[in-house]
Amino acid sequence: MTAVGSVQAEALKELRAILYSRLRATLFGRISVDDALLDDFAQEALLKVLGSLGQFQSRSRFLTWATTIAVRTAFTELRRRHWKDVSLDQFLQRADTANEQVTKPQCKSDRQELIQEMYRIIDTQLTKKQRTALLAELQGMPLEEIGRRMGSNRNAIYKLTHDARKQLKKHLDSAGYTVSDLQIA
Amino acid sequence: MTLSRQQIEELIKGVSLTRDEEVTCDECLGDLAEFAERMLEGKSLPDGLRAVEHHLEICAECHEEYAALLRALKQAE
Ligand SMILES: [Zn+2]
Repeated sequence: MTAVGSVQAEALKELRAILYSRLRATLFGRISVDDALLDDFAQEALLKVLGSLGQFQSRSRFLTWATTIAVRTAFTELRRRHWKDVSLDQFLQRADTANEQVTKPQCKSDRQELIQEMYRIIDTQLTKKQRTALLAELQGMPLEEIGRRMGSNRNAIYKLTHDARKQLKKHLDSAGYTVSDLQIA
Repeated sequence: MTLSRQQIEELIKGVSLTRDEEVTCDECLGDLAEFAERMLEGKSLPDGLRAVEHHLEICAECHEEYAALLRALKQAE
């Protein structure tokens, strides 16, 4: 190895060690996280950081930026593992059944109209994709996991649910509900 | 389709926070390091980073990752 090569290798080793210790600091104590997994995360994060160097714009410290990528990498993988056996259809069906048992009777009447209007908009004004993504998100499935199941990705699912919220806002507005009505409700 | 009361609350909050233009998760990630450093140093936010603050209010995953980032950075200090 040349002198330059060995300096580079040393720097990469150091960066990897820093990413490892930062991930350890923030993830340790989670049941599903052990040293071997942290080591995998640090390695994957290092590769992602190296592959994204062109996007670093010096608006923060380099290590802070690298840590944002490491954290995203680790959480993406933790979520993938957590949700790996769950299908979108089954998940939505189960959540629906569970909610029916607990929510139907006890909505106060002054809110009932607003809630009914929201259900109506969701049913009639959203596209099927918008409705599926919005409901899965509300039931707690992470965006990237919804994306994985809809042949899409986290960014696109965010846009889809953003469009769904915009539709809801627009139609609630047409029905006479203002933002402050929503906040009071 | 039924939502729990908590989900209805979340949806109402989400709709009331909705803006015509919002940054996506990837755009949020691109600015997150600068945002976190400013927050940790107690500096004011330039207009360009307000959209990140707004995204973190709406997006549960980016919020979770931001909280994890702050833990990691505080530990590193
Ligand atoms: Zn996000």
